This record gives sequence, structure tokens and C-alpha cells, in this order.
Amino acid sequence: MKVTEIAKLLDAEFLCGDSRQDTEILCACGADMMSDVLAFTKHDAILMTGLVNNHVIRTAEMMDIPCILFVRGKRPAQDIIDMAEEREMVLLATDKPMFTTCGILYQNGIKGGMRGE
Amino acid sequence: MTMIYTRDYEIEKEDFVAAGEVSARIKNKLKQLGVAPALIRKIAIASYEAEINMIIHSYGGHMQLDIDEDSIKITCADTGPGIPDIDLAMQEGYSTASDTVREMGFGAGMGLPNMSKNSDNMHIESSPAGTTVTLKFQM
Repeated sequence: MKVTEIAKLLDAEFLCGDSRQDTEILCACGADMMSDVLAFTKHDAILMTGLVNNHVIRTAEMMDIPCILFVRGKRPAQDIIDMAEEREMVLLATDKPMFTTCGILYQNGIKGGMRGE
Repeated sequence: MTMIYTRDYEIEKEDFVAAGEVSARIKNKLKQLGVAPALIRKIAIASYEAEINMIIHSYGGHMQLDIDEDSIKITCADTGPGIPDIDLAMQEGYSTASDTVREMGFGAGMGLPNMSKNSDNMHIESSPAGTTVTLKFQM
């Protein structure tokens, strides 16, 4: 699924990377613990999180995660958005909570990003 | 064995702002050298876990990257306080990280097990004078 379709499904706003809205997403991982993301996520994933610090961007960078979606109305500070833009990532933000976000994406064919799923 | 590249990086205690910079530099170097993307990802994950561990738990130290023709080695050496029980630290879910560290998204007790999973060989030596973790990856 393309990032632009995900944004539409979740009424999400592009915080950066709107020129990369054709990025393909195969699976998803929802976590506020970056340790869990590092342990389990497959590649070409969208990361859904309520954490808005620089470690989210760093973790995504290490994992080759091209798109991060902030849930529950969380918005990172501009320096974090700039960090993501430098790394050519897509950042999205939705007011929907984590559970609803995961449910909508799952219903629309996005599968889990954990190993073994 | 011909050494292709060697580089030492300093890691400072509790420098959470810089956390990940060394691993990002290692990752970019491996990309430049044309290492396979799947291997780069494994090395980046192990390296990032190691770097975060040093920042959270140690008094600081150095990470050294050594690349030769058929393997990549990352040596993480700190100046203490040491890991009292390595077997316990290797258990998934065991963590001594503070609440502050957990609020930053770390301290799930997955660091050492994940470093072991992503490397071909991991060796730990620890005493109160310091811990050295050696991670080896075959090309």
C-alpha cells in the first residue's frame, strides 16, 4: 500500500516527505518501546508510535523504516521533523489512537511486522 | 588478512542526544563499501543496541570498527562499572534501565539478546574495570 493511501485512511497529515508519498509499505509495527522495534520489525514497514523523540528517527534509520506515523495527536518538534527530512523519510500524524490506527490498517490488508507473522 | 578499514569512535556516558550517531556513521561507511543491504541492517541493529547500552549503562568508552576482506568486527569497550551477572543480562526482558531511559523508548531488556541474534559471534568480557563486547559478522 502506498503511503498516500495510508494517510487517506487515517486522516493523517504529512509532517514531511509529501514528495515521497508513493513509498510502498508492506507491513506495520506499532510500539512505543524502540527496543521492541529493534528486536522485531521486518523491513519496508511503517512504524506507528506515540513516542516523539529523536530516538524514533534513529531507530527507523537503523531499521530502514521509510515511514513513521505518530498516533494519538502526538506531533514531534521541528528539529525531529528536520532530522527525518534529512534522512528522506515520510512522517505522518493522526489524531486516532494506536488501537484504531492498527485496526484500520489491518482491515485494509497491512500485515504485522513482527518476525513469524 | 588485509584490513580494509579501521576506525575508532568515542561514546560518552548518558549522551542521549548523540545516541545513534556512531551507528549511523558505521552504517553509511558499510553502504559506501558496497556491503550487502541485509547484512548492513543486521550490523546497524547490533551496533545501535551496543551504542545505546554503553550510553545508558557505562561510564563511556570507545567503539571500534574493523573491516577486512571477509568479516566485520565491532569492539565496544567501556571503562565500567561492569555487568555483574552476564547470564542474567542475556535473558530477554531483564533490564536495570531507569524509568527515564524507559520513557525514551529503551530498556526493554532486549539489547544483548538482540545483539547476539544479529551477529555471527558475540563475546562479552566484564569486570568492574570495564566491559568489552566484541561483535563479529561474516561477509
